[in-house]
Formats: sequence, C-alpha cells, structure tokens
Amino acid sequence: MVKKIKKSTKKVKKTSKKKSNDLTIHFMPYSEIAREDTIGRIKKIMGLVLKHKIIILQGKLKSNEEVKLIENSMTLIGNIKGFQGIEIAGLSGENEYRGLFENIRRNIAKILIGEQDAITIIGPASVVKEMTKDPRKIELMLQRK
Amino acid sequence: MIKIIRNFARRIFAGVFKKRGEIKLGFYGSPNAGKTSLANRICQDWLGEDLGSVSKMPHETREIQIKEKVVLERDGKKIEFKLIDTPGIATKIDFEDFMKFGMKKKAAQDRAKEATQGIINSIKWLDDMDAVIIMIDSTINPYSQVNITIIGNLVARNIPVLIVANKIDLKKSDIKKVQGAFPEYEVVGISAKNGDNIEEFYEELFKLVKKV
Repeated sequence: MVKKIKKSTKKVKKTSKKKSNDLTIHFMPYSEIAREDTIGRIKKIMGLVLKHKIIILQGKLKSNEEVKLIENSMTLIGNIKGFQGIEIAGLSGENEYRGLFENIRRNIAKILIGEQDAITIIGPASVVKEMTKDPRKIELMLQRK
Repeated sequence: MIKIIRNFARRIFAGVFKKRGEIKLGFYGSPNAGKTSLANRICQDWLGEDLGSVSKMPHETREIQIKEKVVLERDGKKIEFKLIDTPGIATKIDFEDFMKFGMKKKAAQDRAKEATQGIINSIKWLDDMDAVIIMIDSTINPYSQVNITIIGNLVARNIPVLIVANKIDLKKSDIKKVQGAFPEYEVVGISAKNGDNIEEFYEELFKLVKKV
C-alpha cells in the first residue's frame, strides 16, 4: 500500500515538471489597460510577452500604440536572449456595413468606453510561429519545441 | 495626439503659405513587397538610374534610401518628388531565417541587427512624409497587421495613401483580395519588376498628389 502511494507521488512530480513547458493564454479585459497611457499599456503587454504568454486583449490598441509596440519589440531583439519579436493580429467589425444610426451609436460608445468591440491577439514570436488572419478569423500556428 | 495636431497644423500652414515644392513620397510595406523595385522602376523611367539593390532575401533594404529631384511629367504637368524608400516593417526578426539563404551565423546576426534598426528608422520617418505608397505583395494574404498598422498611422497623421498591389505577373496574385481588405482605398495592381500596368500607377500617383 505504502509503495503504491510513493509511485503516485512520483507521477505527480513528473506531470508538474512537464507543466513548465505548457502554453499560457492570458485574457486581458479592456478595463485592465483602459486607464493606462501608451507607455503603461506597452509595458504591461511586453511584460507578459517576455514571460512567453499569449495575450488575448479585449478591444484593440490605437494605431500609434501598435507602432510603438513594434518599435519597442525591435529594440529588445538581440538584447534579450531568445526574443525574436512578436506576432500580432486583431479582429474588429470596422469594415462591416451597418446603418447610419448603428454607426453613430457605435462611435459614441467608442468615444465613451474605448473600442471594446474587437479582439487583439499578441504573442511572442518564439512561441507563435505565425498568425494568419482573414476578416472573420485568426489562426495561430505555434512553434514546435 | 499633440504630434498629430502639430503635423496637421503644419500641413495646413504649408498649404496656405508655401508654393508646392518637392513632394516627399514614402514607400512603405512588409519586407519583400517590392518597395525598392517600384522606386527603381520610377527612377529608371525618369532618371535612367536605380535607387537601391533588390534581392529575394528579406530585409535587403536596411537603411532609408533617398533620391531627390525626381521630376515626373503627365499631361504637361511636372511634379518634383523626393523618393524615400524605407526598410520593410516586420514584427519579428529571426537571424536563422537569413541562414536559410546560405548566410553564416555571424553575418545573419549582423543582418538581423541592421534590420531591426531599419524598422525603427522606417517608423520614425512616418512623420516626415507628404504622401505614401503602401506596397502589398498580391500573392500573399493582405490582412497582415503590419499593413493595417501603417495605414492606421498614416490616416491619423492625415497623410494621403495609395495602395499598390505588386507582383500581378505571378499566378498566385489576387488583387481582388487586396481590394477586399482595404475597401476604403484606391488599389492599383502592378508588376514593379516587369513594368506591367505602370501607366495606371502614374495616373493614380498624380491623383494622390492632389490630396497633398
């Protein structure tokens, strides 16, 4: 009986060791970055990316923030071991046809609470090999370890 | 925000008080989209010389390349351009990708370092353009976040944009997909390498300049 228990403990240990290679997906609600300025947002995102996490962000970054994020990741390549940059893709209903009133309603909501009607996926290039996007879906291809 | 307002005010001020001079025309896009090929085509057509070297290996252009006083003429109207060819913007760079083209490790690492700096410089130059040509490789998926991000930044800066779908000479080319991805913009399909449809491109370029 005692022997059996010992065996199962060993099994648990093995599993936890394997867990360190697991993939982590971090969901970031818009409220988490809503009050941050551009630098704060980039710091928060890059902090998670450097921990090899894939971020699913509710909403989207402003175009100037996206460009700053790219600029920031470029400065890190070569300075942080193993860091190759990021993969990023976003989905929003911007190009969809809607009526005039629906557009006005959405624009007011955008001004008041930010663009939450979108998702952005950001991941380290060392984990995400490729992100392909079409208007309605994003596909992630992960790196083989 | 302040930067955008400042640029907008500068453009209005320049438009009212200054006579139109040389137009700074930027070539932006992902690596290997054909930016330098098109810049070379324009330089060959109007100056008889190239602007930069092209290669199948990505990130061949790693520094901003400029050609001044390029005068284009159409229907008796002359416009002077300053062509600014920028390094392709990417979100990731892996030196091992260059090794697949036969480069040694050290040379590949150096090239990767230069390429990252080139991307940073491309982004910095966004502010200085009067008009921009976005080059898109029409043989691959146009929904790349890089294209969307660059266009978004140019729109926010009130800089006119012309989208050029390159490589129409190739079988895989799909201009309709590019047009579908950017329905709000004019898209012109060309082959910068062969010069296919280049007249239509010049026509659209002159239309673009009117928005400056």
